[in-house]
Amino acid sequence: MITYIIRRVLYAIPILVGVNLLTFILFFVVNTPDDMARLHLGMKRVTPEAIEKWKADHGYDIPVAWNASAEGIQKISETIFFKKSVRLFVFDFGFADDGRNIGADIRERMWPSLAIAMPSLIVGLLVNITVAMLIAFFRASYIDTWGIIVAVGMMSISSLFYIIGGQFLLSKMFRLVPISGYDEGINAVKFLVLPVLVALVGGIGSGTRWYRSIFLEEIGKDYVRTARAKGLAELTVLFRHVLRNALVPILTGVVVVIPLLFMGSLVTESFFSIPGLGSYTIDAINSQDFGIVRAMVFLGSVLYIVGLILTDISYTWVDPRVRLR
Amino acid sequence: MNRSFARLGLILVFILTACTSTPLNNPYPAEEQEKNVLYSSFSARPKHLDPAQSYSSNEIVFTGQIYEPPFQYHYLKRPYQLVPLTAEEMPHPIYLNAVGEVLGEASSSEEVAWSIYEIQIKPGIQYQPHPAFAKAGSGEPLYLNLATEALEGIQKLGDFEETGSRELTAEDYVYQIKRLAHPKIHSPIFGFMSEYIAGLKELSQTLQSVVSKEQGFLDLRDYPLEGVEVLDRYRYRIKVKGKYPQFLYWLAMPFFAPIPYEADQFYAQPGLVEKNITLDWYPVGTGPYMLTINNPNRQMVLEKNPNFHRETYPREGAPEDEMAGLLADAGKPLPFIEKVVFSLEKEGIPIWNKFLQGYYDSSGISSDSFDQAVRMTGNGDTALTDEMAEKGIRLLTSTAASTYYIAFNMLDSVVGGQSESARKIRQAIAIAIDQEEAIGIFQNGRGIAMQGPLPPGIFGYLEGEAGINPYVYDNVNGRPKRKPIAEARRLLTEAGYPNGRDAETGKPLILHFDATGSGPEVKARFDWIRKQFDKIQVQLVIRNTDYNRFQDKMLKGTAQMFQWGWNADYPDPENFFFLLYGPNAKAGKNGENAANYANDRFDALFEQMKNMENSPERQAIINEMVDLFRHDVPWASGFHPKQFGLYHVWYGNIKPNLMANNTLKYAKVDPVLRTQKRQEWNKPRVWPLLVIAGLIFAGTLPAVLTYRKKERET
Repeated sequence: MITYIIRRVLYAIPILVGVNLLTFILFFVVNTPDDMARLHLGMKRVTPEAIEKWKADHGYDIPVAWNASAEGIQKISETIFFKKSVRLFVFDFGFADDGRNIGADIRERMWPSLAIAMPSLIVGLLVNITVAMLIAFFRASYIDTWGIIVAVGMMSISSLFYIIGGQFLLSKMFRLVPISGYDEGINAVKFLVLPVLVALVGGIGSGTRWYRSIFLEEIGKDYVRTARAKGLAELTVLFRHVLRNALVPILTGVVVVIPLLFMGSLVTESFFSIPGLGSYTIDAINSQDFGIVRAMVFLGSVLYIVGLILTDISYTWVDPRVRLR
Repeated sequence: MNRSFARLGLILVFILTACTSTPLNNPYPAEEQEKNVLYSSFSARPKHLDPAQSYSSNEIVFTGQIYEPPFQYHYLKRPYQLVPLTAEEMPHPIYLNAVGEVLGEASSSEEVAWSIYEIQIKPGIQYQPHPAFAKAGSGEPLYLNLATEALEGIQKLGDFEETGSRELTAEDYVYQIKRLAHPKIHSPIFGFMSEYIAGLKELSQTLQSVVSKEQGFLDLRDYPLEGVEVLDRYRYRIKVKGKYPQFLYWLAMPFFAPIPYEADQFYAQPGLVEKNITLDWYPVGTGPYMLTINNPNRQMVLEKNPNFHRETYPREGAPEDEMAGLLADAGKPLPFIEKVVFSLEKEGIPIWNKFLQGYYDSSGISSDSFDQAVRMTGNGDTALTDEMAEKGIRLLTSTAASTYYIAFNMLDSVVGGQSESARKIRQAIAIAIDQEEAIGIFQNGRGIAMQGPLPPGIFGYLEGEAGINPYVYDNVNGRPKRKPIAEARRLLTEAGYPNGRDAETGKPLILHFDATGSGPEVKARFDWIRKQFDKIQVQLVIRNTDYNRFQDKMLKGTAQMFQWGWNADYPDPENFFFLLYGPNAKAGKNGENAANYANDRFDALFEQMKNMENSPERQAIINEMVDLFRHDVPWASGFHPKQFGLYHVWYGNIKPNLMANNTLKYAKVDPVLRTQKRQEWNKPRVWPLLVIAGLIFAGTLPAVLTYRKKERET
């Protein structure tokens, strides 16, 4: 397994270089260093000298990707792309355009993101599996039919609707929780109830449908028939036999997203004023802060790759027949 | 079973409500409930809190309370008036000619080569407590030469155990002016100020050669600045090129607030910047408040500076202020509020709802909530809706010192230039664009249609009949009435475009409008603009683009028509007319004259007017400039926005002051009344929990029964 993991890590390097290159190209197609300087220096009284100074101070005064005036390897190394990218591979994210340390900001902001994402994932998983199991149990009955109709209906509604609706009902109408905000430690709980509940309700439709189809596929298999023939109670059959065998596809979808939970949710964090990494990314895009955008895309790619590796490893845990070589 | 569920629900609700006397939806700690705290929000994290860099309104809301420049705007008096803040008195400039001879106060701009401002500050003003001033028993600074291991337990500024303070001196003001030239600081006003402050440009060049990327603290006291010098502990002198009376307005901005060299030295130490501990994030000032929590990702907290010098609430104001109760606290020491909590809010809906719940003390009004907050009265005025009035909310309005306009590129071959034909096209378009309608549709009536470049409240603005633009409006009973569209068509015909077609070629007149924006409202706005041009049968092509491309077009002067805006830096007509000054053109010269308007007479008048004191002579020049502007029509249309602010009944001493940025010290709240209102407005409604529990139970029951039945069958 160690060899497999090392190989996967090595595969990740060209992927990360490619992702970084793509981010770089997309960003600089839209924004030139001059644009970035203008945005950061403000709209008023910006002189060309000030723009040049800003670029020089932030390392944007050299060619973007190819330095024709340099010699040898410096044609590549003396470019914005090289200088801004190479440090990423040792997770040195550098400084944002406003001078703040990106690494320190990420370390600080990943906790609020996790504080929403972890309970949303765990509670969501439990609820979705339970509801899906219930619907699978009553397959081909009116409960199944109505369950699917409601699930399709719920997954067709925009997440924004759940957010605004949740804020309106629970905070404005019923006055049970704060409408937005965040605090540290135990005080964070009252702020997390609403976003977690919204994430839960918003995810029930798609989650239930997905797990139901997995369970139905398993329920039709011979080992389930055998278990029933042995006289096991239906709940035992479902939760002990069907659920365990359905874990492989469930893990495919779940383990891969676990590392990405650090990255936060763009919309939820914005609406609930949660100071996580999702809103950090959105702010950086809006303010054309290449340093943060690049760091977040890179981090997202690394975490996604880590998620895929963890998924592979988890297969060996739930299915002893799987061997990683 | 039903009964058990109901009991469980009731117990849960009882626990939730009984455990605390604060409403369940209160986002603030219960222990803050009756404290003298003001609650506000910010939507974007400030980029800079270094006074040499910060220029945006969302930054100055913090720096304005922390840093103290020598002067400030009087809180109540109108028109806006500068008064001393840390200075003993307002300085009178000494004018010198080219050979250094002193000239009289009435000397003309041509004669004056230098203006000398001598500023004396009040003694005894202390800085806020800060580790940069902390000293050991021996008198040596504690934290100015930190070893790497000393920083191990330090994550934020508050982690330094010791703090200290010292007296404000004239040298701190001089130090900050030198910082404007520091090549690493990128002060947005450096380019502009280097044209005025003697030697600033040269200092920048010297510093540029000294600064290397590795170097830490650069002690600016070692680098003299020709135009700024310390005279003694409490006096400093600034030498400004030519006659520039508006310079005093700049001295009321945080750019010219003091920075102690100790702060610069403290923050320059290696290891602090990696922890985001910089002067840009942890200001050091003498103002009424100090930033005690700086988490721009979540919350920023200002607390009363325990070392704040004595300053009292103004004893005089505008005539109506006494009636409004704004002088009730006259002579009382400032500030009134102990703590100001700014919470990050990115979306309008939560801000509005929290305001209605009493969790924010004031609020603006977005378009979405306008109808809920404000209604139009029969005579066209605005008033609060019954819902707001019942809550005791107050509405205060003020016209911003801003102008948003649609302009022509005067370099364009069709609509630009000084030819009679182009002028008539511009005039026809100015009549066709119904700005009053646009204000009604897109601003909910919150604006005043432009009659000239000056907004109300700025010297030179004329009210009533005298202020009506006769090229676009008719004077009907002393009020402006837009000229009929037939007049616009007539002008277009005279320009050689009858029915919007070229009289010679028969080709339609197609104009291009460059804009930037996105979202459904922008589309509606574009459709509306197109409709205005349809009225005179001119085809309009709208080229919507991102802001970067738009800026590029403006710099190159390739746009034909465009939309732009300006917020005043200070309340002087010069700050608006310079937007039309020829040498200040955007294209090729990177100035702020985006229309690239150039009129020799206008430019000459501008040069004459810009350095004059407010007087009837200055008014006469302004009138002529406004006439030229109206005649030449470089701007087709525009408006001055009106700001609407809502304030809860417990929030007092509020008078909109669009120039001052340090107004928090005058505000006061009644926390007891606020707590009472919050509890009244936020009583939790628990029945929905019971309904939800009942629904879940009702939905689960058949499943359980069916399951049991199935189990019994097998």
